Amino acid sequence: MTSIVAVLQHREGKLHRMSLEAIAAAQQLAALSGGKASAILLGSGISEVAALVAASDLAGVRVVDHPLLADYTPGGYVAALAGLFASGAPDIVLFPHTYQTVEYLPRLAFAIGGGIVPEALSFEMDGSEIVWKRPILEGKMHARVRAKGSGPILASLQSGAFSAEGRKPGQTAIENVSVDLATAATWREILGVEQMGGDTVDLTKADIIVAVGRGVGGADKLGPIEELARALKAEVGASRPVIDSGWLPRDRQIGSSGQTVSPKLYLALGISGAIQHLVGMKGSTCIVAVNKDAGAPIFKIANYGIVGDLHEVVPAMLAALAAS
Amino acid sequence: MKIVVCIKQVPETDKRLRVATDGRWIDEAELSFAINESDEVALEQGLQLAEKHGGEVVVVSLGPERVRESLRKALAMGAARAIHLRHEAFAGGDAIATGRALAAAIRREGCDIVLTGSQSDDNGFGATGTLIAAELGWPHAWLVMGIEVEEGARTFKVTREMESGLSEVFRLTLPAVLEVQAGLNHPRYASLKGIMSAKKKEISEPTPADLGLADGQVGQAGSRLEVLSVAFPESSAGAQIFEGDGAAAQLIAKLKNEARVIS
Ligand SMILES: Cc1cc2nc3c(=O)[nH]c(=O)nc-3n(C[C@H](O)[C@H](O)[C@H](O)COP(=O)(O)OP(=O)(O)OC[C@H]3O[C@@H](n4cnc5c(N)ncnc54)[C@H](O)[C@@H]3O)c2cc1C
Ligand SMILES: Nc1ncnc2c1ncn2[C@@H]1O[C@H](COP(=O)(O)O)[C@@H](O)[C@H]1O
Repeated sequence: MTSIVAVLQHREGKLHRMSLEAIAAAQQLAALSGGKASAILLGSGISEVAALVAASDLAGVRVVDHPLLADYTPGGYVAALAGLFASGAPDIVLFPHTYQTVEYLPRLAFAIGGGIVPEALSFEMDGSEIVWKRPILEGKMHARVRAKGSGPILASLQSGAFSAEGRKPGQTAIENVSVDLATAATWREILGVEQMGGDTVDLTKADIIVAVGRGVGGADKLGPIEELARALKAEVGASRPVIDSGWLPRDRQIGSSGQTVSPKLYLALGISGAIQHLVGMKGSTCIVAVNKDAGAPIFKIANYGIVGDLHEVVPAMLAALAAS
Repeated sequence: MKIVVCIKQVPETDKRLRVATDGRWIDEAELSFAINESDEVALEQGLQLAEKHGGEVVVVSLGPERVRESLRKALAMGAARAIHLRHEAFAGGDAIATGRALAAAIRREGCDIVLTGSQSDDNGFGATGTLIAAELGWPHAWLVMGIEVEEGARTFKVTREMESGLSEVFRLTLPAVLEVQAGLNHPRYASLKGIMSAKKKEISEPTPADLGLADGQVGQAGSRLEVLSVAFPESSAGAQIFEGDGAAAQLIAKLKNEARVIS
């Protein structure tokens, strides 16, 4: 039987949304081999979070509660998990694919001789072997992959790939495990948390957002877009490259590193639809995509689309609005 | 301060993509290639650090013959030398095998800082830089959005991106691996002088054996991940698509009368 463990993320007494998705995925994967998954939590003073996890149908919840783990550090987390797995590593370790786990997962894999499946979208059994699907080329294509060689497989799960609603509730015992972290190096001295580049614009309150991507081609080409936003009484948002290039300020960024919005209308102009952008806007009621590439992933989640040059489409939209 | 920057050459994917005949990757025949976005940012960061604090930048890239062009570009931007891991045994590796090869080249070169991008646009493992750090036994940080050299140039104040517009700030001691995120700076253009002088700069091509590695430790043979096939995502319900002259007017009408999201 395959042993499957989910390592969960939390912050300030709250379980990360994607931790629930990871529990659901671990339950599904374990069911394929007729077993039960378990979960692991690292931290300090985390009994409330542990209780949340324990309310799931699992074989067990292991908690490493240690002052060194109060703040996340890659060194502390790798030492704790490697220590925990020293007496026998699971066959498969699942993680939410977050900015935190992606930072330390490869180091843990190195420490325990594991293989890495980054950003898994799904899994299926092929005989006794697991075949994973993961995005390549910024989500434009998918690859089916398998882990080879011996040792545990460490897979991180893309945001939203597994539904948290699929999690089976239950009642599981919590086991506190002590790991010797006396010699663990945290490798970093934490100085604090900051807000990146202010947040003067609250895009979450907007009913309509006109969002631009790299396809707009430059700050000097934003005029008609701003005009369209005015005509629709909309806020202007942007994908990351637009911000990184300095065409719009950072507080207009939508996506995993920026704001998460769900307006009733979201117009994506010259945005390809990478997952880091999609997680920030896929909850919008109506999504419109304008892109010159018919194969752009954004069309997969759009309700309406125009395949064409946004520099022609936007003026035509303005004209159509004025005429109606 | 000696800095090694890892740059990967990746395909530009705004063109129509096709699956290669073996079904395991895309057909690269008609594609153009460029330096991965965050890697170019890493290079710019390395050049700025060297300019400010003294030292030199060496670039390293693993990939086939075509990668030479990107290395030349990096040399034209200001790197002093380049290392090209082009031996065919290096090809087709996952993050573990690629990280192992790059780390071996870096170990042989010796340096105080390794700069990498955060994620490659093609494989998107987000893991290779971290594995280089693991191989070297050095501290690392992923998604670096700020680097401030402190007194004595032995420690760094690093700003790292977190989700939802937050960032964490911490201190790292050198030697270290910093995996930078796009947006940290705006990479420079190569000057004409830079382009001319790049022609004379050295590009070395060590083999696995030169780096103390067996062929089986690198490339596809040394990998833990195997690609079985690649495909376009199955299309879901998908969008109602409008094309041609009347498209914008049709869209506006739909938004008013069907979706009722504008008035
Ligand atoms: C850790 C991490 C965090 C990230 N966080 C975010 C985030 O918060 N938000 C975010 O958006 N991204 C984020 N990204 C980046 C993300 O992966 C993508 O690179 C980014 O979203 C792509 O932006 P884009 O669609 O504007 O650009 P591209 O992918 O370059 O797409 C441009 C699109 O414009 C189209 N186009 C070009 N010209 C025209 C024209 N004239 N008319 C119409 N269409 C045209 C092209 O066909 C293409 O589809 C993050 C990445 C990482 C690794
Ligand atoms: N073949 C390569 N040659 C040089 N650097 C690489 C290579 N592959 C990955 N890297 C570096 O590792 C980073 C992360 O890549 P990846 O793990 O593939 O997402 C990239 O941004 C590069 O800086």
